[in-house]
Amino acid sequence: MFQSLIDWLDSIGSRFYVAFLEADRWQLYLQGLAATLEMTVIALIAGTILGLLVAVVRTAHDQQMPGRRRNPVLGALNLLCKVYTTVIRGTPMMVQMLIWGFVIFSSSRNKILVGIIGLSVNSGAYMAEIVRGGLMGVDIGQSEAGRSLGLGYLDTMRFIVIPQAFKNILPSLGNEFITLFKDTSLVNAIGAAELTYYANRVGGRTYDYMPPLIGIALMYLALVIVFTWLQGKLERRLRASDRR
Amino acid sequence: MIVVKDLSKQFGDNKVLRNINEHILPGEKVVIIGPSGSGKSTFLRCLNLLENPTGGAIYFQGTEITAPKTDINKIRQQMGMVFQHFNLFANMTIRKNITLAPVRTRLMSQEEADETATALLRRVGLADKADAYPAQLSGGQKQRIAIVRALAMKPKVMLFDEPTSALDPEMVGEVLEVMKELADEGMTMVVVTHEMGFAREVATRVLFMDGGNIIEQGPPQEIFSHPKEQRTISFLSKVL
Repeated sequence: MFQSLIDWLDSIGSRFYVAFLEADRWQLYLQGLAATLEMTVIALIAGTILGLLVAVVRTAHDQQMPGRRRNPVLGALNLLCKVYTTVIRGTPMMVQMLIWGFVIFSSSRNKILVGIIGLSVNSGAYMAEIVRGGLMGVDIGQSEAGRSLGLGYLDTMRFIVIPQAFKNILPSLGNEFITLFKDTSLVNAIGAAELTYYANRVGGRTYDYMPPLIGIALMYLALVIVFTWLQGKLERRLRASDRR
Repeated sequence: MIVVKDLSKQFGDNKVLRNINEHILPGEKVVIIGPSGSGKSTFLRCLNLLENPTGGAIYFQGTEITAPKTDINKIRQQMGMVFQHFNLFANMTIRKNITLAPVRTRLMSQEEADETATALLRRVGLADKADAYPAQLSGGQKQRIAIVRALAMKPKVMLFDEPTSALDPEMVGEVLEVMKELADEGMTMVVVTHEMGFAREVATRVLFMDGGNIIEQGPPQEIFSHPKEQRTISFLSKVL
């Protein structure tokens, strides 16, 4: 029994050698990692913008002055936003990704781009709720002061409410970034060449899935730990500026 | 300057203002007093439509501001407002707090606004705070800057909603001082306050409100020395 354990441990080194070093395979992982990070960053930016738009429409709708006639365009937009968040948050990410890849953009060759679209649209729906919470969390007196000076709704939002909301939601944005980073592995399902895809391919080529999969799991984990650390540092710095 | 006709406001079933009629002339300093919950803040907030009235009409220099097609932003640019909790923009320096509205509403260029801000800050003795953030200031300093921020728009009337109620006692004086100077310069003012000394000294007219009605009004000497209504008498006996 001990003998088999020792044999297994003895073989580990060479199995990892085959998975990572033989035929310069480490380059594949680096390529995959670059694609993964690229998708994460672009989807985060696009998702934030999308989420911000949805959140502004929804808060503008909810904060309309009672008594005055309601704006029908805003009503329609609000309904659209509600449908969007409900559908995206109510269906599995994997299913959404398969629909983007094999139904909507089935003839597209640029699977990375399709992946980015799928991730952005998904993340936007979650981001909208985060941003909405942030906007509602800014003291109502701040926007009343802006409006009392004669600033319009959009100017008040842009210069006063959104900057303050942004600072409050930074921790949640950090968490969303980490979630998004891990969710990029689902894009593998539509054949986009990211980190998980290459690990899978190396596993198929060498008939040994353990080393590449454990290897990339460690890579994801290491990066998430780094991101979490950076996020904590950023938060501490922002909190320090509050006490001035 | 401001004409209020049959103004009423209710939140759900709660009637906060009941058919108020009032006429505020240019140069008047109207001080509104009354117990809490009497509707005085709501009345003030209706004047620039921070609260939307449920009935009646309000006219500002002949324009009906309660009409749906009136551009309320244009009206508000001419009515300064000072809040109980200062509401300085927390994410901006003091200079930016003051210049944002004049610049965005195209009243001034950034240079003009900066000059105005410097001049106004010097006037209230806070020129050295231009690059500070609101969180670094005391309550009295914040409120003086809130007044200056409203003045930068060159308003025709100033509304004060309990401007000293959130201040530590030793800071009340510095804020009232600025308000007195403003009154001496002839600014039209509507002030909701619990500072009876200020009312007596600065007001040209005192309104006593209770239960959503204006119960009694008149020059301060009359209201404070010879109140007629029972409710005024009992309120004043508690606060004086």
